[in-house]
Amino acid sequence: MTEKPKVGVYICHCGINISSTVDVDAVAEFAKKLPNVEVARTYSYMCSDPGQVLIKKDIEEQGLNRIVVASCSPRMHEPTFRKAISEAGVNPYFLEMANIREQCSWVHEEMEEGTAKAEKLVGASVAKVRLLEALETKEVDAEPAALVIGAGIAGIQSALDIADAGFKVYLVEKTPSVGGRMAQLDKTFPTLDCSACILTPKMVDVASHPNIELLSYSEVEEVNGFVGNFDVKVRKKARYVDFNKCTGCGDCAKECRVKDRFPNEFDQGLGKRSAIYLPFPQAVPAKYTIDAENCLYLSKGKCGKNPKCQEVCGAEAIDFEQKDEFVEFKVGAIIVATGFDPFDASRKPEYGYDDYSNVITGMEMERLVSASGPTEGKIKIFNGEEEIEPKEVALIKCVGSRDESVGNEYCSRVCCMYVAKQAHLIRDKLPDANIRIYYMDVRAFGKGFEEFYDRVRRENVRYIRGNPSEIFKRGNKLVVKVEDTLNSRALEDEVDLVVLGVGLEPRADMRGVMDLLRLSQSPDRFFLEAHPKLRPVDTATDGVFLAGCAQGPKDIPDTVAQAKGAAASAMIPLARGKVTINAQVAVVNEATCRGCGFCVNICPYTAIELVTVNRFGNEVEVARVNEALCKGCGSCSAACLSDSIQPKSFRDSQILPQIAALGVLK
Amino acid sequence: MSANFEPNIVAFLCNWCSYAGADLAGTSRVNYPSNIQIIRVMCSGRVNPLYVMNALQQGADGVLVSGCHPGDCHYMEGNYYARRRLGMLKDLMEFVGVDPKRFHMSWVSASEGHKWKEVVEKTVEDAKEAGPFEGFRRRKIEW
Repeated sequence: MTEKPKVGVYICHCGINISSTVDVDAVAEFAKKLPNVEVARTYSYMCSDPGQVLIKKDIEEQGLNRIVVASCSPRMHEPTFRKAISEAGVNPYFLEMANIREQCSWVHEEMEEGTAKAEKLVGASVAKVRLLEALETKEVDAEPAALVIGAGIAGIQSALDIADAGFKVYLVEKTPSVGGRMAQLDKTFPTLDCSACILTPKMVDVASHPNIELLSYSEVEEVNGFVGNFDVKVRKKARYVDFNKCTGCGDCAKECRVKDRFPNEFDQGLGKRSAIYLPFPQAVPAKYTIDAENCLYLSKGKCGKNPKCQEVCGAEAIDFEQKDEFVEFKVGAIIVATGFDPFDASRKPEYGYDDYSNVITGMEMERLVSASGPTEGKIKIFNGEEEIEPKEVALIKCVGSRDESVGNEYCSRVCCMYVAKQAHLIRDKLPDANIRIYYMDVRAFGKGFEEFYDRVRRENVRYIRGNPSEIFKRGNKLVVKVEDTLNSRALEDEVDLVVLGVGLEPRADMRGVMDLLRLSQSPDRFFLEAHPKLRPVDTATDGVFLAGCAQGPKDIPDTVAQAKGAAASAMIPLARGKVTINAQVAVVNEATCRGCGFCVNICPYTAIELVTVNRFGNEVEVARVNEALCKGCGSCSAACLSDSIQPKSFRDSQILPQIAALGVLK
Repeated sequence: MSANFEPNIVAFLCNWCSYAGADLAGTSRVNYPSNIQIIRVMCSGRVNPLYVMNALQQGADGVLVSGCHPGDCHYMEGNYYARRRLGMLKDLMEFVGVDPKRFHMSWVSASEGHKWKEVVEKTVEDAKEAGPFEGFRRRKIEW
């Protein structure tokens, strides 16, 4: 290091967030006495424009070359201050932040302890900043393509936006058709648009868009690389139907030897399908799929003399020899739009979902009232074996939401409105029925929601405030046991039909995507965004974005808005054509490296290789880091026997002084 | 040892899970003892076992290393390396006569602000029990 470190220390009040627990002036006085510190100042908001100007001015006037900012978490404002000091001509990596808000003033109460700890943290930062090195950020080309995982309304919208902007999109959907949960809904609140009517045009668009490669009935197997350059491997599961030959006529399903034997997933098991099937009439792509588990020929090896489907298919599309295929491609950004699972009502056994055929879930109700559903829109309810016309209908809200006993503390945000909507639809079909809604609170927060709630109440739907404790059978009736908490009355209402307003849960199979993309979960178990307010579509993994209910419960307008946001964010690297790669990579001291290769074996990114160099006239092997692949984790360094490999900005020589400072400043 | 002994604790936290979890504890205004000072590293796998001994030598009475839950490492396997290396270190510490209560490892995710508080409290409590560390301190500390 040629120039002598001249350190400036800047301590933020953060309004009173910091200064109410930390005596910032005392910390500044303390900092001034630390070695190499030229100036120490406090300011009300360091991150504000005047705060940044203060730092820049000192850099120019006093020739500072190292900056310590004691304020919030570096996870919050490190980029802000890096940018500020580089604008003043200091290398952006000559910055160290002391986290005296999240990890000090906000977690301690006494001024004395807060100040003492802030001093130590500032001391440690000063100790480190003096020994930091200047780093160069490098840029690499970004692949102008995106991967969207999940083709519900969120994935569809993101894919369309990116494709319309002129970039290639790979849209991967696990099931045989795009459409997701929204395709299953009947009407949408509060406008009562028919869900299919507004969704199907978009489903057709994604299949026909020249920039979208739709990979239905496929799953992402592998993702490697980093923002701008992800290598993706997708498994296209065998449909046993030639995709190009199938015309979607449906003759096969009609003739299937196990015709209409299996619960149709799309109809929530209320309807039946054959082993060869199209999930629903408007499915996109309109190509049949054989369910290998249930197909006689595929599971038992024999289906009569010849499989019927094969006999009747005029297009000769049935192909029992088909195998899973793999496709590999490169993308610059990834959007995760994997959606949710409806809460499994069996987990609230007190509501008798498993016991009584006339206790159904909200999703089942959607299929029952849908004109394209298994009953063609008739609310067909069985009480045991007997079909009944329900006269008394109960709808229960918050089933599986706001309920610690099932581990879901959160509000699912859609149940208040979909239950109100279903009450409206039931009123339409059963004009004389008594309809009651049992609720804890009514949250009608969105555009047009309150108006819709009022409308439903005027349609002679009774709202009873109370969370039912039990549903049981008495004679031919179901009894909803509940306390009406507004009247302090215990009720036992006899009803014919109970609709459980089940909430939204994280997908049971989210783990796969989580592991592929190194994503985290928030306390509610949905995917964690990079910042709850300011980066709601980003994740901690650069270049990976979230859209829709994968990130948390949402209604359709919010899902679409977030999907558009995710698309816009994903397009930043694609449009720029370049991404900045991490400068804090590991580097090898080739003079001391013994070429043992421990680091080579440890590196999770295969970023290190052994190369032969000429060292003082001898051919020796030493480790060398591929900077494009290195993520800077530093695992190699902890394994190195001669301390020869070191991650920049986190070298031993930079961390050990921090440790020493914390010890000596006891 | 005096009853009101306040130990000095150095903690190494990985950037992605535990450091974010400690930030969340702050955002949620969870109170915990101020004895703990955090050093941010990118991954718990970065923590050279020597850092732990070094911290004890340089004036710490207890050391904590915290990373992502096994299987959740941002760098895929860094926390497994940490677990293996630091587990060995803990045995070695006992062997050379350092109370293993002075050293803790934990897995705290970015959403576990409350768990972070529990981890800190346990670490501080154990270090208090172990008392001031007078083992092999360095005589002269230069930094």
